[in-house]
Amino acid sequence: MNLNELSILSLYSAMAVYALAFIAFSIDLARRSAAVGSTEAAVGATNEAPASVAGAKASGGGSVSTLNRISSRMADDAVTPYGRSASLRVGVSLTVLGWALHLVAAVLRGLAADRVPWANMYEFAMTGTLLIVTVFLIVLTRTDLRFLGTFVTGMVVILLGIGALQYYVEVAPLPPALQSVWLVIHVFVASLGTGFFALGFALSFVQLLQSRREERAGTAKSSRLRFLATLPSAFTLENLAYRVNIIGFILWTFTLMAGSVWAERAWGRYWGWDTKEVWTFIIWVIYAGYIHARATRGWRGSRSAWLAIIGFAAVMFNFGIVNVFFKGLHAYSGL
Amino acid sequence: MSRPSDHIDSAPAPSGNGITQPKLGFVGTLRWFWRQLTSMRTALFLLLLLAIAAVPGSLVPQRSSDPNGVIQYFNDNPELAPVLDNIQAFDVYSSAWFSSIYLLLFVSLIGCVIPRTKHHLQALRAKPPKTPARLGRLAGFTTRTAPVGTDAATAVASARTVLKQGRYRVALFESPTEFSVSAERGYMRETGNLVFHSALVGLLIVVGFGSGFGFSGQRVLVEGQTFVNTLLAYDSFNPGRFFNDTELDPYTLTLDDFEVTYETQNLEAFGQPLDFTAGVTVTPRGGDAQDGAVRVNDPLRTGGTSIYLLGNGYAPTITVKDPEGTVVFTDSVPFLPQDANLTSLGIVKVPDGLAEQVGLIGFFYPTQDETSSGSYFSSFPDLEYPVLTLNVYQGDLGLDEGVPTSVYSLVTDDMEPLATRDSAIQPLELTPGETQELPNGLGSVTFENAAPDAAEGDYAGSVPRFASFDIHHDPTQGWVLLFAVLVLGGLLTSLFVPRRRLWVKAIEQADGSVRLEYAGLARGEDPALESAVTALADRHAAMLERATPAIKAADPA
Repeated sequence: MNLNELSILSLYSAMAVYALAFIAFSIDLARRSAAVGSTEAAVGATNEAPASVAGAKASGGGSVSTLNRISSRMADDAVTPYGRSASLRVGVSLTVLGWALHLVAAVLRGLAADRVPWANMYEFAMTGTLLIVTVFLIVLTRTDLRFLGTFVTGMVVILLGIGALQYYVEVAPLPPALQSVWLVIHVFVASLGTGFFALGFALSFVQLLQSRREERAGTAKSSRLRFLATLPSAFTLENLAYRVNIIGFILWTFTLMAGSVWAERAWGRYWGWDTKEVWTFIIWVIYAGYIHARATRGWRGSRSAWLAIIGFAAVMFNFGIVNVFFKGLHAYSGL
Repeated sequence: MSRPSDHIDSAPAPSGNGITQPKLGFVGTLRWFWRQLTSMRTALFLLLLLAIAAVPGSLVPQRSSDPNGVIQYFNDNPELAPVLDNIQAFDVYSSAWFSSIYLLLFVSLIGCVIPRTKHHLQALRAKPPKTPARLGRLAGFTTRTAPVGTDAATAVASARTVLKQGRYRVALFESPTEFSVSAERGYMRETGNLVFHSALVGLLIVVGFGSGFGFSGQRVLVEGQTFVNTLLAYDSFNPGRFFNDTELDPYTLTLDDFEVTYETQNLEAFGQPLDFTAGVTVTPRGGDAQDGAVRVNDPLRTGGTSIYLLGNGYAPTITVKDPEGTVVFTDSVPFLPQDANLTSLGIVKVPDGLAEQVGLIGFFYPTQDETSSGSYFSSFPDLEYPVLTLNVYQGDLGLDEGVPTSVYSLVTDDMEPLATRDSAIQPLELTPGETQELPNGLGSVTFENAAPDAAEGDYAGSVPRFASFDIHHDPTQGWVLLFAVLVLGGLLTSLFVPRRRLWVKAIEQADGSVRLEYAGLARGEDPALESAVTALADRHAAMLERATPAIKAADPA
């Protein structure tokens, strides 16, 4: 068995472990719903009040009490406290194991090819998802975002599956066009930025669900996604999403500039509206819009969350569609 | 307030309901319009519009980046293409509608940045504001009791020291019952924000006008050929609007050799190029010759220009003689590569010297191979078994009307095929060094061997290669880089430097003890504010503790 075959074996093992982690995280969500059900039965709807107050404060913006909320730790503002969960810990452990196998797969692929493992679509998919999981695990050490486990492991399994089945190519040396230190910098930073955007997307998505639940809290209608009550308030989720997205935005800005420097060296111009350049620009503008939206009265909250979601959709489009189907100079999918 | 009125940190505008607005005059209308344009909501709208407007340019080929794609699109969609062309869909990024969006966006941005800069310059000189009367309502409110023996003035003085060490700007305030220090830091946040936006404006200006001062030109060189950097020596030349060709620095560039390495170990990528290197000699005017190399991703910078390696291929040397043996044509003709294994297509036109005008359409196979149907192809891009086939036509080459024609194509409409796949005589087939008679006794054609002394069967040096160079001059590139760095630096400081105010108040209590109060106020995103207040309280307490024993020692009672 050569290095590349070992890499493939390791990658498929990682996918299997991620799938198991996904199941564990899903069980955890189900248990959260069950826990909320029993609490609601016992306590009644009065529990909902704090969340709606927080929501009202959030929309006010700029007030001193809001600023208090920004700096508060997030874990304690869930409506229904949710204690320790075995399935959650199993999920995180499996994710770490899957991540280790995934890392081994990427390193072995790099060794087999004798270069960085991100020079074609298969390798982008492998390294990009590795970075998504890495960012997730690093953020976990600082903030409890374990409730995003289903999203992260689910998305990574799907992307890896597509990458391994649709985009697989044998190890090949780098064509002269890719022999540059900027391949290492530009593509790595772009993938890292994607990792942060993915997490920001997930947080914004949960934020939307949560704010809908908070709006309905006062009324008779209650959300079917009862586990939301064990998650942080929409306001906290929004602040977390913002912090993650601005890191992604800075990395994306750097990607754009590093790409320009490379384009100047390779093609003789720093900007030429190549299809990939166009989409990188579009993504940058969407996230710039997101950051502005958060500073615009009437746009903070759900509206800016939608922008973060559209932004990540554009990132995925740029990777999955533009690379493969659009004609341009960035024709390195290897397909 | 310097910020747009709909900025989230601005005070909400009073509701206009039930109030009769006075009629706006002309100036008032202008002011109203300006306020709308510089509002956050308009900026956001224009940003999103810009993102949407950029999309069509990735769906339809653009003249700037893919001119052949545009021609193809016109051929494929003869009905739709002119309609799209009318709305500038093939020039999206220089179109009136795209330009108007980003110009409005930048006007809005400038209208926002100027008042904010003015305001920020004032803020930079201003003292921190007076301590609020009640700190209890503010973020991170903490109270401590000063160690016995510390009076309020001393406590505040040492708080001032702690804050100054933390690079806060401080101001002391006192009233009969209390002393306080007001501190502010993070002015760099707004500075970064303004630098970011101003640098974007700079970037737009440099990119917009900068390209006008440069040029780009292309030139094909066969191994051994020399190019002088003058206007006429270029195969194609695109000057910027403000470029004057007397600015060209007439250095000479010689292509000494062109080396290519192909993959031969890894069967999955067999024949894939691993490296292209153009070995060149550059001679500045009146200077000494210098050796250099042009590689992909590694341009040669000389004489104010950058020389890029754009493409390469084979340039077989072809000689045509008349029946008496007089040379009527001899040249290394660049053949354009048609596939990855460098099956190449080239044209030879012989207008004079033979009984008729003759045109040759040549196919060159660096490693010739044959399909089961008998047609030729190349199976490897290097020179393992080079074969040249020539289709021969006689008749009017169309050169005499004075209409420019491409050297890379031959119009055979008015010509008689003498040797083609469909004619009685099959195309001529030559290996390096071989000569064949042209049909109809027109003369002969030779495929010259560039390395006639090589061993039998070694074709490695038998056919010269050509390289096509892209030569650029852009005097504003350094400015673009400078503004890009400023954009990034401004962005980092504006997003990560926290701007905050902190206050420490010392109040003498009735029982003689001193009560210390700490609180903060974030200005913009500041997730670490509360911990900053706590940290300040702790550091201040530690400082007071250290100072207290000394006081006790001085007071033996």
